[in-house]
Amino acid sequence: MGLELHLDLLSPPCRTVYIFAKKNGIPFEFKEVELMKGDHMSEEFGKVNPVRKVPALKDGDFTMSESVAILLYLAEKYKLSDHWYPANLEKRAKINEFLLWHVNVVRPLMVKDFWLKVMAPTLLQRNAPAEKLEAVAQEFNAALDQFEKIFLQGKPYISGKEISVADVVSFCDLVQASRTGQNMFEERPKIAAWRQNVESYIGLELINEAQKAALSAGSYSKDSMDPKGVEWLTARVKLLLL
Amino acid sequence: MGLELYLDLLSSPCRAVYIFAKTNSIPFEYKEVTLMKGEQLSEDFGKVNPLKKIPALKDGDFTMSESVAILLYLAEKYKLSDHWYPANLEKRAKINEFLLWHVNVVRPLMVKDFWLKVMAPTLLGRTAPAEKLEAVEQEFSAALDQFEKTFLQGKTYISGEEISVADVLSLCDLIQATCTGQNIFEERPKMAAWRRNVESHIGMELINEAQKVVLNAGSYSKDSMDSKGVEWLTARARLLLS
Repeated sequence: MGLELHLDLLSPPCRTVYIFAKKNGIPFEFKEVELMKGDHMSEEFGKVNPVRKVPALKDGDFTMSESVAILLYLAEKYKLSDHWYPANLEKRAKINEFLLWHVNVVRPLMVKDFWLKVMAPTLLQRNAPAEKLEAVAQEFNAALDQFEKIFLQGKPYISGKEISVADVVSFCDLVQASRTGQNMFEERPKIAAWRQNVESYIGLELINEAQKAALSAGSYSKDSMDPKGVEWLTARVKLLLL
Repeated sequence: MGLELYLDLLSSPCRAVYIFAKTNSIPFEYKEVTLMKGEQLSEDFGKVNPLKKIPALKDGDFTMSESVAILLYLAEKYKLSDHWYPANLEKRAKINEFLLWHVNVVRPLMVKDFWLKVMAPTLLGRTAPAEKLEAVEQEFSAALDQFEKTFLQGKTYISGEEISVADVLSLCDLIQATCTGQNIFEERPKMAAWRRNVESHIGMELINEAQKVVLNAGSYSKDSMDSKGVEWLTARARLLLS
């Protein structure tokens, strides 16, 4: 019974963990948790993660969740190359700063944008109000300005010359956002250049493997959902529209 | 030129950093950044933190932001007692998991609740729609259920027998929530017990010192603001209400 990663590749944080583990040759058992079917609400999954969210990790008796925390655990446990999460105090602090800024600022916007543009129409058969979408687009744009000018600053990777956990976390979320019309890669050559660096390093084969489900339009349609899925998803989208 | 901490004690992440540094006797120069006067938008402060947010830290030429990242930096730099952020892989991973869950789930709800109930009426002269307030309160309650049942689980502190960065961060945010009439500690005896443990460890003198301005109702009134403050605060209130 080795490492288990409980994932749904439709979720960007799950793709982050998947790509990170695979790229580093970390052996694990992929345990599918289908969000569209409400699998995360099952009693069984509740034993792996009582918070009922993916990604989740099970390593013998040890369980945990939260994608960022999982990446740091894996980097440490498998004694990965230092550049992923440097031991140097200041380098690590700047990566921590980025990770926290990203989950505080960028990720909620990516999530909101996706739910307003894709899930709301699918589940509620109506578009989100234009002014709501506009507000999210504006905030997201401001966040991308900060990403480019304060964090990236023309460097090959967020922390400098070498890739780190910061790039993997950010990459998966930004690619998700780019699918709902946030044209950051077309409009921002510096971010596009960084994206290419990350993709080159990880390798397109693994990237495509991780993103296959997310790229299939049908993945988010009602046909992919069962009643349990529809229930929790609809409740969530209503909340986001408030 | 030693360590400088750029803070406004009206902000709960700033209080977490303040309390943490003081309780560990980390010598620092307190640099006031008055949010109500929009001081975080100044050019000067932009040199310390181009993201224009507090808390921020300056240590010689090294600068950083994000309260969680700052706590971890301080714990490491000043070689604080292991319990604050244990070196043990699994203990640290569970604390990271909590920290991420808290900033992803609890903090946004606390922020939204506070802005809807206190800042919006002050700045926009109207109360937020009842159903919005209701929804936020319900979500917040669900988050507190998870805090109690999944993270705290009747332990003395979040990570077990000893206090850690998790407790300091969490307590500061949860006390902020009580400023809007959320009687979380009266209604939840296990959380009240945990709060007492944390406050005992830190000492009421320091807790009160950190919280003095927050508990003063006038701190959030328009009298405390100048025009720059009103401008950015109003924009933010509108955004949160959208």
